[in-house]
Amino acid sequence: MINNTLKPKYRGIPQWFKIPEYKLTAEYFIKTLPLPDRVIIPLHQHIGPPSYPVVKIGDKVLTGQKIGDSDEFRGVPVHATVSGKVVDIISFTDVAHNKEQQAIVIESDGKDEWIDMQTIDDLESLSNEQIISKIRDAGVVGMGGAIYPAHLKLTLPKSGRLETVILNGCECEPYVTADYRVMLEYGEKVISGLKIITKLISPDNIFIAIEDNKPDAIAHLTTILEKSNLNSKVKMVPIKLKYPVGARELLVKALLSKEVPLEGRCRDIGVLVHNVSTAKAIHESVIEGRPLVEQVITVSGGVKNPQNLLVRVGTPVKNIIDYCGGITDEANQVVLGGPMMGSAVPDTETPLTRGTRCLLLNNNQIRNEVDCIHCGRCIDACSMRLNPSLLAKYSKAGRYDDCGEAYIDACIECGVCTYVCPASIPITQYIKSAKQQLSLME
Amino acid sequence: MAKIKNDNSNKTEEKLIISSAPHLRSKWSVKRTMYLVILALMLPTAAGIYFFGFNAIFVILTSVIAAVATEYLVKLLRKKPFVMDGSAVITGLLLALTLPPTIPLWMAAIGSVFAIAIAKEAFGGLGHNIFNPALAGRAFLQLSFPAQMSVWIAPSGFAPDAVTSASPLSDAFEKIGSNPEIYRELLIGNINGSLGETSALLLLAGGILLIILRVIDWRTPVAFIGATALLSLVLGQDAVYQVLSGGLMIGAFFMATDYVTTPMTRTGKIVFGIGAGILTVTIRLYGGYPEGVCFAILLMNAATPLIERYTQPRPYGLGKK
Ligand code: SF4
Ligand code: SF4
Repeated sequence: MINNTLKPKYRGIPQWFKIPEYKLTAEYFIKTLPLPDRVIIPLHQHIGPPSYPVVKIGDKVLTGQKIGDSDEFRGVPVHATVSGKVVDIISFTDVAHNKEQQAIVIESDGKDEWIDMQTIDDLESLSNEQIISKIRDAGVVGMGGAIYPAHLKLTLPKSGRLETVILNGCECEPYVTADYRVMLEYGEKVISGLKIITKLISPDNIFIAIEDNKPDAIAHLTTILEKSNLNSKVKMVPIKLKYPVGARELLVKALLSKEVPLEGRCRDIGVLVHNVSTAKAIHESVIEGRPLVEQVITVSGGVKNPQNLLVRVGTPVKNIIDYCGGITDEANQVVLGGPMMGSAVPDTETPLTRGTRCLLLNNNQIRNEVDCIHCGRCIDACSMRLNPSLLAKYSKAGRYDDCGEAYIDACIECGVCTYVCPASIPITQYIKSAKQQLSLME
Repeated sequence: MAKIKNDNSNKTEEKLIISSAPHLRSKWSVKRTMYLVILALMLPTAAGIYFFGFNAIFVILTSVIAAVATEYLVKLLRKKPFVMDGSAVITGLLLALTLPPTIPLWMAAIGSVFAIAIAKEAFGGLGHNIFNPALAGRAFLQLSFPAQMSVWIAPSGFAPDAVTSASPLSDAFEKIGSNPEIYRELLIGNINGSLGETSALLLLAGGILLIILRVIDWRTPVAFIGATALLSLVLGQDAVYQVLSGGLMIGAFFMATDYVTTPMTRTGKIVFGIGAGILTVTIRLYGGYPEGVCFAILLMNAATPLIERYTQPRPYGLGKK
């Protein structure tokens, strides 16, 4: 297979304990979901200040038209994802991101009339500021699940620069194959996105990290790279699959032997990590002038026909499930995102939001939590080298300050500790709620 | 389990399960872990029965039944659900394996009751106890009934004519020397001693099985046995003999690896093992008891919270600029 695979050293799920990959849809071409009759578009689909509506009930909108905007540079606009009429502005509980927010409901006219999109032939004709504002206007956010606005990451810090760019093609969660398909089917766009990133940042090193279970993607991107002028600068790194290898903290460690500071971000050590699908979205926003209105997701698990779909943002989950032939009897749970980090939603009216890569119909076998038996498995498996059992214990007892002192902030919520715990303690859940309490206390 | 009806006319999906991520769990459970330990313990148990016959069977049955019954009663009194998770069976079994085959059955039962009721449940049950229950039970018997706890018979299988003699370790000061004959007997277990401590080979096999199945961590037994051997050598003792005899094998593989009462961290496990090894040799050579493993582990149990405090892993990114 692939030689020179990088085998990073960190804890994580050990080989003998491995999660099955369940990549049911790896070989399926991306199909386009037929337009939904109605989309529900939340106004806060990113990290940062929420957008406010710029349309009224009754307004006619075109696909790609701005319907929500923010005055702050840190915010990003939201766009109509179908053409039609604004029928309602509702308040909406976003279970996935645990917040209350507004959402705009648009009824499709079925015509899918787009706004005028300005295509660019020559990237060099644009200044960096123009590129950044195009990315912001298109509403591009981190598609790996972080939903952090892309234009903020691409703005150089005031002092200094970013030396390293890592393009993240790791998709370590079970079931999810969306990024893999994007690399295979939109490889050119991904590399073009990488070019734009390179122009903005002018880094010294560029890495593309892809797991060793995706040799086709590695080969495909390598071929495209060879034809581009980026080739000499980019290092393609096949990396051993081990959950959660795709976490940026671990990629940085594996590729650069550096650690992201406990209370900092990647950019504090001069590194920028972007997901391959984000690179594709960056290309579309800058070169095609196309706002982020659709994304590739994997529909998998307990549906009749698992597949990879190109879906408009705001499509109710129900439409997607119906298109895939409906839920099988075993599934008892609808999860937005992968099985390790995704969020279970209470009903199938929930819309798909930006940055969601997977819709998983899961069979969750609820097990009762028993007392911790101190087996130490969670410690052995935590790639951030924390003591999850201690964090869970403190959180349970309401000792949130102690959680802080046990470095709860370093937790990346990968779910590994909970996966391995024989006592079925929902450790990650306890950690999340302690984090929330701590942030309220500040 | 909740099912989702998904007929096209009317979607009734009332029972979607909401849970927090991750939505996948591994197959491991506390029960599975405990039953694997019991499985591994069957090896030394079989050896005990082979060498000590009916005596062994009765002692084992008594202490296991007493342990499970005590757990059941205590849970009833504490109004907590009783779960047959196998931990009480392990306690009873381990206790029996450390007892002399000739011990009066009521004494074995008392040991079990003490182990479960006082050493485990009084602290809050599985996961909360400080001391290894089986060892606490044994220590209790040792202190209460010193005479009966040091009667040793030569193994005679199911034959009736048991001969009382000294346990090999109480001869430790006599010159045994490097006698291959004795090593072989120690390995196989054809020697007087506690019920299940005699066959070093089968204990080793059980321990290795647990390591391969990832039930226990190799660090503890390796550190424990290594430290014992090394210190014995340094002090001019017969290291092979020290390692193979007494309760070291069962202690290192089955007791010092008890999750609840030993450190969770990897470094902590090594510290624990080394500490227990040093204490074992010290007690054997200089203490009042011929056998030191039991008290060595109990002492290290008490030190476990301290060891854990100082062996926490260093979090990712700590102290980076
Ligand atoms: S969820 Fe947090 S504590 Fe648990 S393994 Fe992942 S990083 Fe460690
Ligand atoms: S894995 Fe679960 S039972 Fe084991 S130490 Fe961690 S929290 Fe406790």
